[in-house]
Amino acid sequence: MAEDREPPPLPGAAQTDFSEPEGGEDLFVSAVSAMESPEAAHLPAEDISTSSNGPKAEPILLDDDTDDLFAEATEEVSLDSPERQPILSDGPSPAITPVTPTIMINPRVDVFDRSPDEDEEEEENRDTFDIQISVSDPEKVGDGMNAYMVYKVTTKTSLSIFSRDEVSVKRRFSDFLGLHSKLASKYMHIGYIVPPAPEKSIVGMTKVKVGKEDMSSVEFVEKRRSALERYLLRTVKHPALLKDPDVLQFLESSELPRAVSTQALSGAGILRMVNKAADAVNKMTIKMNESDAWFEEKQQQFENLDIQLRKLHASVESLVCHRKELSVNTASFAKSAAMLGNSEDHTALSRALSQLAEVEEKIDQLHQDQAFADFYMFSELLGDYVRLITAVKGVFDQRMKSWAKWQDAQMMLQRKREAEAKLQYANKPDKLQQAKDEIKEWEGKVQQGERDFEQISKNIRREVGRFEKDRVKDFKVVVIKYLESLVHTQQQQIKFWEAFLPEAKAIA
Amino acid sequence: MEGSNAETELGVSVGSIRITDVTQDGDLLTFAITSQKLNGSAGVCVFRTYDDFDWLQQSLFSQENLPGLQGIIFPPLPSKAFPSQSNTQTKTLKQLGFLALGQDWQSYCKALEFYLQQVAAHPTLCKSKALDSFLVNSESPGKQRGKKGIFNRLSQAVEEMRKESHKDVDNFFQNERNKNTNVASLSKVATEKLLDVVMTEQKLALACGHFSTSLHLCVNQDDADAVAFSKICLKLSDIIEAVKRNFEKVASNNLSTLGLGLDLESRYQEAEKEMLFRRTCKLIELETVKKNTEKAKANKREVMEAFQKAVEKEFNQISSVAKQEIERFHSSRVNVLQNFLIGWCEQQLNTAKEFAELYSQHLEACRNMYLD
Repeated sequence: MAEDREPPPLPGAAQTDFSEPEGGEDLFVSAVSAMESPEAAHLPAEDISTSSNGPKAEPILLDDDTDDLFAEATEEVSLDSPERQPILSDGPSPAITPVTPTIMINPRVDVFDRSPDEDEEEEENRDTFDIQISVSDPEKVGDGMNAYMVYKVTTKTSLSIFSRDEVSVKRRFSDFLGLHSKLASKYMHIGYIVPPAPEKSIVGMTKVKVGKEDMSSVEFVEKRRSALERYLLRTVKHPALLKDPDVLQFLESSELPRAVSTQALSGAGILRMVNKAADAVNKMTIKMNESDAWFEEKQQQFENLDIQLRKLHASVESLVCHRKELSVNTASFAKSAAMLGNSEDHTALSRALSQLAEVEEKIDQLHQDQAFADFYMFSELLGDYVRLITAVKGVFDQRMKSWAKWQDAQMMLQRKREAEAKLQYANKPDKLQQAKDEIKEWEGKVQQGERDFEQISKNIRREVGRFEKDRVKDFKVVVIKYLESLVHTQQQQIKFWEAFLPEAKAIA
Repeated sequence: MEGSNAETELGVSVGSIRITDVTQDGDLLTFAITSQKLNGSAGVCVFRTYDDFDWLQQSLFSQENLPGLQGIIFPPLPSKAFPSQSNTQTKTLKQLGFLALGQDWQSYCKALEFYLQQVAAHPTLCKSKALDSFLVNSESPGKQRGKKGIFNRLSQAVEEMRKESHKDVDNFFQNERNKNTNVASLSKVATEKLLDVVMTEQKLALACGHFSTSLHLCVNQDDADAVAFSKICLKLSDIIEAVKRNFEKVASNNLSTLGLGLDLESRYQEAEKEMLFRRTCKLIELETVKKNTEKAKANKREVMEAFQKAVEKEFNQISSVAKQEIERFHSSRVNVLQNFLIGWCEQQLNTAKEFAELYSQHLEACRNMYLD
C-alpha cells in the first residue's frame, strides 16, 4: 500500500481540490458565531468522502507552499474568532495543557517553518481540547457465528468541523479497524504516529457470539469497549487526524460503508505489514548515512522503552491474575462463613458470623467494582503503549524507506546521465531526446525524494515530541486515578469494619 | 480462665502460661514456656520439645481412677511440625494449615500456648500431675512413652464409620452429635477457604514487590520528557511498595486472628467429635452386653448381669461428664470466637485507617506535582 504510493502531486494541482471546502469553512467560521452552519457541515462529510483515500489528502498537510496562499485567510479568521489568537502569539507556552486540534489546516502548515519545539508550544497554548468521545451500550446483533457487537459512539464537541454539537452513531469493531487502516495508509509514510486499533480476538468474540453470558465474556466486551474509546480519543488528539475526513465520517455519518477484508486490516495485520516492511528494509542492508544523531538516539531510546514497558506489562498481568484469584477465594470464604453462621445455634454468634460473611462479600464486590481502577488500569495502559511504540518504530522505518527511495532515485538519475552521455556520441537524436526527458524526470524525482525525506524527518521529530509529552500526561493521569481508587477503597473498608465491630462485641 | 477448683494441684496461674520463645535446630523445635507461680511472684521457665507435649497429652489420656474420663473433651494438640521442610510445602500446609504460616512459627507457638492454657483451665485436667511436672520441672519429662491412651483417633475404618452413625438413646446426645458433625465439617471448610485467601494475599504482595522493583529500574535521563517519565515511575514504585505492605498486613491480620480462631474452633469440634464417638462406642458395648446377658444361660447370668451393671455404670458416668463438658464447651467457644472476631476486626480496621492515610498523602503529593 504505502510502498507503491506515488509522490504527492505538485502543490498547484492540489489546491483547487481543497481551497473550496477549507476556504469556505474559514469564511463560515468567522461569519457564524454559533458553531453550527448547515453549509459548512455538509462540506467535510460529503465532498471529501470520495477523495478520502486518495493521495490528494496529503499535500494540505505537507506542502509548505500552501501557507502563502492561505496566510491571508488565517489572519482574517484569527481576527474574528478568539481561538485563533494564540496561533499568532510568539514565545513559549507557560504550562502544559492538553493538545488542541486546529480547525484549519493552514495555520499548521504555516507553523511548519518554525522548529518542532515551537510547534509544540503553539499547540499547547490553544484552548482546551474541546471534544469528548464515548463508546457505550454494546449490543449484540444477529445470532450464532454471524453475530457481532455494535457500539454506540457519541461525540460531544464545540469544534466547528463537526456538523453538530452532539452526534451518536453505531459502529462495529470492523469499522474501527477500517478507520485505522485508512489512516495508517494515509499518514504513516509521512511520519505520523497513527494510534493502533485494538487487537482482534477470536476466542473472546466466539464466546460472545455463542451467547455465553458469563463473567469472562462480559469482561471481554467491557475491555473492548474501553479499548475502542481510548483508541478514538488518541486518534482525535492528533491534530491532523482529527481533521481527517475519514475520521469525521466515522464519527458523524449514520451509515458507513462496510470495511472489507479487515482480517488483513486488523491491528495485527497492519503491524505485520509494517514489520514486513521493516524486515525488507533491513534485508536490503541499507547502511543509512544518518546525518542526524537525534534519530539514532531516539531509535535506541524507543528500543529500550519497548523492553521496559513489556516487562512492566508482564508484571502487571500477573498482578491482575492474582487479583482475580483473590476475588474468587474471598467469595468462596464468604460463602463458607455464611453457612457456618446459619448452622450456629448461639444467636449472637450466628449473626456475627453472617455479618462476617457479608463484610467479606462487600469487600470483594468493592474490588470488583473498582476493576478498572485496579492493576487492570495499568495493564491496559501499558498494553496500549507497547502497541503505540510499535507504531512509532514503524514510522522510523518509513523514514528509512523514504531515504532509500531518495537514494535509489539519485542512483537512477546518475545512470540516466551516464546513458545520455553515451548517447551523445552515438548520434541517435530520438533516443537522445528521450534520455534528456528521462533525466529531467529523475531530477524531479530526486528533488521530491529529498523533500519527502526531509518532510518525514521533520514530522517524526514533531510527532515524537508530542508522543513523549502525551506519554508523561497519560501516566500521570493513570497514577492519580489509581491513587484515588486506593483511597476510596480503603475508606469504604473502614466503613465496613466500623459497622462490624459492634456486632462482634455484642456476641456475649 | 482460672482454675475453678481451689484444690488444684497446679502451682501456676493459668492466664500466665506463655510460650515466649522458640528455637530451631534442624527439624527440632524447642519452646520456652514461662508461667507465674500462684504463691508469690516467682516465674518459672522451662524448655520443651513437641515430644514433651505429646507425652503430656498421652498422660492425660491415660489417667487412672477418673470416672467418666472418656467423657472429657480433651483440648486438641496441634500436629507435629517439621520445620526443615519449607513452610509452603503442600504436605505441611495440609497438616498444619494456618499454623504453618506466619513468621518464625508465631501461629504455631500461639496454638501450643492455647493448648496449655486450655488444659490448665480444665476443672479435671488441671489436677494432673503430668501437667504440673510439664510446666514446672526443669528437666523435661523425657522420651518416656507411658501407657498409650486408647483415645487416639485411628484412621476411619469402615466399621468405625458405622459406629459413628449408631442411633443414640438420648435425644440430647443425638442432637449434639448431629450438630457437631455439621459444624465440624463447616468450620473445617471455612478454615481452608480462609487459608486460600491468605495465601493469595501473600502471592499478591510478592507480585507487587516485583512490579515495584521493575518500575524502579525504569530510570532514564536522556531528555526532559524521559526524566519526567522516570519520576512518575519512581513515584509509582513507592506507591506499589505501599500496596505490597498493605497486602502483607491484611494477610497477617487474617492469619493471626480469624485464621487462628477458626483453626482452633475446627480442631476443638474434632475433639468433641472424638469424645462423642467414645461414648457411642461405649453405648454399643453396653447394648451388646445387654443382648448377650438376655441370651445367657442361667448359670452365667449372674456374672453377666454384674458385668452389665459395671458397663452401665461406666456409660452413665461418661454421659454425665460429657453433658457437663458439652455445656462448658459451648459457652467457652463462644467467648473464644468472640475474642478472635473482635481482634480481627480491630486489626483490620487499624490497618485500613493506616493505609487510607498513607494513600491520601501520596494522592495529595501527586496532585500537587502533576496538576499544576
